[in-house]
Amino acid sequence: MMIMYFSERPYIGIPEDEVVRRRSFFGLSNTYFDANHGARLLNEYIDEKVYAEELGFDALALNEHHGTPFCMVSVMNVEASVLARVTKKAKIVLVGNPLPVVGNPLRLAEELAMIDMISGGRLVSGWIRGTGCETIFNSANPAYNREMLNEAHELIIKAWTQPGPFRFEGKHFHYRFVCPWVLPVQKPHPQIWIPGIFSPESVIFAARNRYPYIALSTGLESTIGMWNLYAQTAAEEGYQAGPECFGYQQKVFVAETEEKAEELGRMDMFGGNWMNYGRPEWMFPPGYNSKEVNRRMAQATTSLVRNVPIPEHFDVEEEIRKYHTQDYDRARKSEMLMVGTPATIIPRLRRLLRIIRPGVLGLCQNDGPIGRQARLTSMRLLAEEVIPALRETAKELGLSDSFEQRIGARALAPSGRPDPVACAEELNS
Amino acid sequence: MAHTSNTAELNQCSEDRIPIAGIELTLIKGGSGEPLMVLHEELGYPGWLRWQSELARERTLLIPMHPGFGHTPRLDWIGSIHDLASFYGRLLREQALAPIDVIGFSLGGWIAAEMAIQNPAQFRRMVLVAPVGIRPPQGEIFDLYNVTVNAYLRTSVRDPGDTPEFSRLFAHLEPLEQLEKWEEARIETARLAWKPYMYNPSLPHHLEGLKGLPAALVWGAEDAVVPLSAGREYNKAIPGSRLKVIARAGHRPEIESTDEFVKYLREFLA
Repeated sequence: MMIMYFSERPYIGIPEDEVVRRRSFFGLSNTYFDANHGARLLNEYIDEKVYAEELGFDALALNEHHGTPFCMVSVMNVEASVLARVTKKAKIVLVGNPLPVVGNPLRLAEELAMIDMISGGRLVSGWIRGTGCETIFNSANPAYNREMLNEAHELIIKAWTQPGPFRFEGKHFHYRFVCPWVLPVQKPHPQIWIPGIFSPESVIFAARNRYPYIALSTGLESTIGMWNLYAQTAAEEGYQAGPECFGYQQKVFVAETEEKAEELGRMDMFGGNWMNYGRPEWMFPPGYNSKEVNRRMAQATTSLVRNVPIPEHFDVEEEIRKYHTQDYDRARKSEMLMVGTPATIIPRLRRLLRIIRPGVLGLCQNDGPIGRQARLTSMRLLAEEVIPALRETAKELGLSDSFEQRIGARALAPSGRPDPVACAEELNS
Repeated sequence: MAHTSNTAELNQCSEDRIPIAGIELTLIKGGSGEPLMVLHEELGYPGWLRWQSELARERTLLIPMHPGFGHTPRLDWIGSIHDLASFYGRLLREQALAPIDVIGFSLGGWIAAEMAIQNPAQFRRMVLVAPVGIRPPQGEIFDLYNVTVNAYLRTSVRDPGDTPEFSRLFAHLEPLEQLEKWEEARIETARLAWKPYMYNPSLPHHLEGLKGLPAALVWGAEDAVVPLSAGREYNKAIPGSRLKVIARAGHRPEIESTDEFVKYLREFLA
């Protein structure tokens, strides 16, 4: 099993009431941004990635967001380039490049090839659609979001694997001279992972292309639903899905005492966290979601992302209090947020592994206005006490990742029906 | 193949299906007399309102639902207002409707303007009500994608409380169906007008060549969706055009000041 370190790398030091008043991190005026303070934080976050490698994390997962203090890294390829040079053995996992938003997939093919070359073949290239806010920020047409994802995917794979120069005429992208003089050192190309939250279309896309699907902190029940959809699609493609097809990102805050961990966990609810990532009209622009997904989102109760109209009038102080009390309790109860000491965290993560059997586990932490020392302590405790225990469990459960076990190599049962890929019975244990 | 539809209000209009380009175009039809083509806005067909009832006394209103809006299926190859204008040019030829009087609202006004520059002879007279299509020299076109539909609707009139028919806008469908239709309308509008948002930089230059087409621009003085400065640009660009500014009205003068709006239209179209 591969264990990844992930954090949103937030800009710390914004007024919480301002975020809550607007019900959105996205679009908060950048007059609150201090470049020197930001620069210090950005470097701290890069150092923490290096530290994660030293601590024994197998992979460093990076993401990007735009126009928001929620995540300071607006161009993950810049951060990945730095890490490609200064780290030695950890995989650099991008979760992921927002293909429809980037606008120039050929340039992306070049950037990713360079990261793979500089890192000595450690790049895992993850591709996503970008949230609606990313779409708005970059003026990318949401109506063509998925079409552009598919077309950019086709172009990049061709640019990496087919001899140039050649011509590419798509609906959205047109290149008359494709011949990049930087190519990935991993052949035929770096692994591609598909991170996602809700869209069944992304799960099907991943399964058809034999790419691992990485669920980003989705509720366990809906995660199992996604796994089953993947396994079903895989069966239609003629193979049995296994742990190598799946990754899961879990939010975990660890400290030396329960009280201290609680404190960190509550900080994670700063500004309402994902609930206020962006107003629904920005998160879900027209065409971004399929009808089916829109309907499903309306019913989802376990997700931290919500698509409900924002009331015109509300009490900001009361709202903040709610985030740090009842919403915090809800997140903990649903295990969206795990908070504790190594001793209390280990059994819960083990249970998670037994239920969804992922080949990749991303440990997502250090969001919210958490101080440096607490961030480092949480990482150290995870690495020293929690991860060794998880590795044992993973071994017992045979949780191989996509580097240990090739996707598609497992034979399908003669019946053509897929074997279970998750253990739903454990949910009620 | 006309049949009464559930959208027909007080039996004043019916819904036809016109085969064209491999699809069936939904056409709302009402009234009697010389035909008047009505091109609807970016949120779809808002329903049969009082201004239509008034005009329907002497004109046959023909209101096509644009491909991708309402009950007309989407055409994948339509990706710009230019495409849509060509499509409607074909409709007029195939239905032998040209030359025809036309009135277009907001996005529909832009479609009419593009049709006019493609073939001025297909129109007799052209009325554009607060059309998008030209970048306003002062202010910006209000962004449909930055707000909820309800906020957009509220922004579209000067004062919802002072607009008697405000609650009748888009009230002809069940609320849930309307929500999905709005979503579809906004998706199709994104396909047509995402970037640059709701205008064509070359439109004013093309419009300068429109000699001899009687054209009127109707604008609410307090339009918060398309600033009046765009109306003055249109007015400047179209030779001989008139600009009628309606006081105390926003982006929907047809329901904010119905009597004045209808009176002006009757005069212009007479």
